Amino acid sequence: MTHLPFVVGAYALGIVIPAVYAVSAWTRLAAARRRLHAIDPREQP
Amino acid sequence: MDATALTARPSRSLHRFANPGRFLRLASRVQPWVTWPALVLTVAGLAWGLLFSPADWQQGDSVRIMYIHVPSAWLASSGYVGLALCSFFSLVWRHPLADLAAAEIGPVGAGFTALCLATGSLWGKPMWGAWWVWDARLTSVLVLFFLYLGHIALIRAFDDPVRGARAAAILALVGVVNLPIIKFSVDWWNTLHQGSTITLTSAPGLHVEMLWPLLVCTAGFTLSFAALVLARTRAAVMERRIRGLLMAQADRA
Repeated sequence: MTHLPFVVGAYALGIVIPAVYAVSAWTRLAAARRRLHAIDPREQP
Repeated sequence: MDATALTARPSRSLHRFANPGRFLRLASRVQPWVTWPALVLTVAGLAWGLLFSPADWQQGDSVRIMYIHVPSAWLASSGYVGLALCSFFSLVWRHPLADLAAAEIGPVGAGFTALCLATGSLWGKPMWGAWWVWDARLTSVLVLFFLYLGHIALIRAFDDPVRGARAAAILALVGVVNLPIIKFSVDWWNTLHQGSTITLTSAPGLHVEMLWPLLVCTAGFTLSFAALVLARTRAAVMERRIRGLLMAQADRA
C-alpha cells in the first residue's frame, strides 16, 4: 500500500474522534439518567 | 375554521416537542434506530474503503483518505446548517429544546470539522507536498471551525445561560454566510483543492467501485452525527430537569 502512514493516520483519527465523542455522550447520558432517577424515582426517562 | 386556528396550528405542532418528557420518550425510542445503523454503516463503509475499494491510478492508496475526509467535510457544513436552524428556532420562537440542541450540535460539529481539516492535511502532504496551504477552500473550512469554537465559547461566556444562548445563536446565523463560500470556493477562486466530484446535476466523477463505499461511509457518519447529537441532547434535557428538581427542593427546605 502506498502512503501507508498517511492512510493509517487518517483512519485512526476517523475512528478515535467519533469514538471519544460516543463514549463521552453515553457516559454523560447514563450519569444523568442515574442522577435523575436518584432525585425523583418517578422519573423514567 | 377561523384565522386564529390557522395561525395557531404550526406553532402548536412545533412546541409539542418542546415538552421535555415527550422529547425524552420519543428520543429514547428513536436512539437505537439511529445508533445501530450508524455503527454498522460506518464500520462497513470504512472497511470497504480501506480494504476492498480500488486504489486511484494517480493518487495511489492515499485516495482511501477520501472515505473519512469527504463525509466529515459534508458533516462540518450540514452540521452547521442544523446549528443555524436550531439558532433560528431559538431566536424566533424561543423554543427551549432548540437552545439545548444548538449547544450540543456545536461541539460535535467542531469535532467533525477538525477531523475534516486533519484528514485533509494528511491527504495534502503526499499529494501537494504541503500539510497546509492558504487555499480558499481550506481557509473557509478553517473559518467554519472557528465559528463552531466561537459558538461553544459564547454559550459559556455569560452568567445568564439565556443571554449566552442568544449571543451564540446570532453568531451562528451570521456564520451561515460562510457556507456558500465553502461550497463555491473551488469555483470562484483558482484553488489547489479539487472541484466537486459529486453534484446533483451531473454524473459523479468517481468510479462506481469508489462511489458506493463513499456513500456508505457518508450515510454512516451522518447517522453517527445524529446519534451523538441525540444522546447529548437527551443528557442535556435530563441535566436541566435535575437542576430544576434540586432548585425546587432547595426552595422547599
